[in-house]
Amino acid sequence: MERNDLVLSVSHVTSGYRDGGIFSKGPYQEVLHDVSFDVHHKEILGLVGESGTGKTTLARTILGIVKPDQGSVTHYTKRPQMIFQDPYSSLNPAYNIAWSLEEPLRIYGKYDAAERKRRVREMLQRVELPEECLTAMPHELSGGQRQRVSIAMALIQRPKFLIADEPVSALDVTIQAQILKLLKNLRDELDLSFLFISHDLNVVYQLCDRVLVMKQGRVVEQGTVEEIFNSPQQEYTKQLLRAAE
Amino acid sequence: MKQKMNGFFAAGLTITALLLLLTVVGAFWTPYDPNAMSGSEKFLAPCLAHPFGTDNFGRDILSRVMKGAGTTFTVAALTVLMGSVLGTLIGALTGYFGGIVDDLLMRLGDVLTAFPSVLLALVIISLLGPGSKYNVVLALGLVFIPSFARVTRTAFASARDVNYIKSARLMGASSARILLIHILPNTLNVLLPAITIGFNNAVLAEASMSYLGIGVTPPDASLGYMLSEAQGMFARAPWYALCTGAVIVLFVFGVGLIGEGLQRRSGEVD
Repeated sequence: MERNDLVLSVSHVTSGYRDGGIFSKGPYQEVLHDVSFDVHHKEILGLVGESGTGKTTLARTILGIVKPDQGSVTHYTKRPQMIFQDPYSSLNPAYNIAWSLEEPLRIYGKYDAAERKRRVREMLQRVELPEECLTAMPHELSGGQRQRVSIAMALIQRPKFLIADEPVSALDVTIQAQILKLLKNLRDELDLSFLFISHDLNVVYQLCDRVLVMKQGRVVEQGTVEEIFNSPQQEYTKQLLRAAE
Repeated sequence: MKQKMNGFFAAGLTITALLLLLTVVGAFWTPYDPNAMSGSEKFLAPCLAHPFGTDNFGRDILSRVMKGAGTTFTVAALTVLMGSVLGTLIGALTGYFGGIVDDLLMRLGDVLTAFPSVLLALVIISLLGPGSKYNVVLALGLVFIPSFARVTRTAFASARDVNYIKSARLMGASSARILLIHILPNTLNVLLPAITIGFNNAVLAEASMSYLGIGVTPPDASLGYMLSEAQGMFARAPWYALCTGAVIVLFVFGVGLIGEGLQRRSGEVD
């Protein structure tokens, strides 16, 4: 693939932390070790691995919340956004949906009130929610509806790259399928790229183009969905696949 | 914020509104001049002309209570305003940003709360000089800061890692915007009850300070000062102490019920 086709390039990232308080430092705990991968334009890259393997730290490093100790993260798009796992804590309970959706645009500060309202309505249609949702409070919506609102919020500043951290694992299976279909449609309509973090291999198989397998902070295998699922090379990947059957 | 009425809240609101009405009216009009003495009307028991009776100078106690409640209310309200605004500011900054400043300020708060609040206010009053009600406000307000800081600090610290705050940061919201617009409204369910409790503590603290003679002094009359006056003539005019005390109790009771109602309501929502 061409280099100008990249949206994100993570190269040789090593990251860790030290336990301890003000006076003493504990031993260095490495969370990520020499992680390298690229995300391409309009690609959904799946990131799988058991919990505690550094997936969330990787997401935080990509977003710049954690600085890598070694290596570099290069973004080729502006303002990456994140979709979280738990749709119950991703909307501010003090405000209605219209406020939450408009807030990213107010922060961005380039549009007047009428234009913001127009964009909010347009985004609401894209995530297939009725207009009545605008006046609802978060606790009045179902988990699936909230996740749609979270997706709309993440998209309304028009990012080109999103990190989705287990976005469907808190939802039941039928809602999962709808949200996955929505993400695919949005990817096609808005030319988005995703890093899709999941422990659910079935979901990854349905949605992703390529897969990154992580174990204890290291990338053990990466390839297209077909390669990983049909002919896994590493013993760890085979174990994960067996566990998912 | 949607108001969901419950019994506590409605009862508290009614009592407080009636007393506030009495206080506000008292600021402009009282049945008698609260300081007018009358030799022929000393120590009158409650009657139609003087519902709360009269004192040793023949002054109408209802009129004095209406004026005094105004002072007490002003002092309590300003104290809580000062304590809650500064306390919330400190709580927000230390809770959200954490770090060494957080540790230092919270330990300082621990030290301050280890002293009885009236004692601490007494020390501050002795530095500022007694007499003015604004010195009482300043002293009590300073004493009240740590409790508000502690309550709000917890709320702000727990909001720091919630997803909707993480996304606000990712969207480029400034820290001031996150603290004031994104987190503050979510702390109201702990802040409002704290304000009602603080208000009651301020009423009682002002009353005890004035009772001890280090709070509001004449010509300002506050309910606490009147109680200390009433003590000297309790045998001749028990209605003075009882009526003044009853108004203090009703004030504290009414606001306490509002606080209880607010707390129960937030319990229902969560």
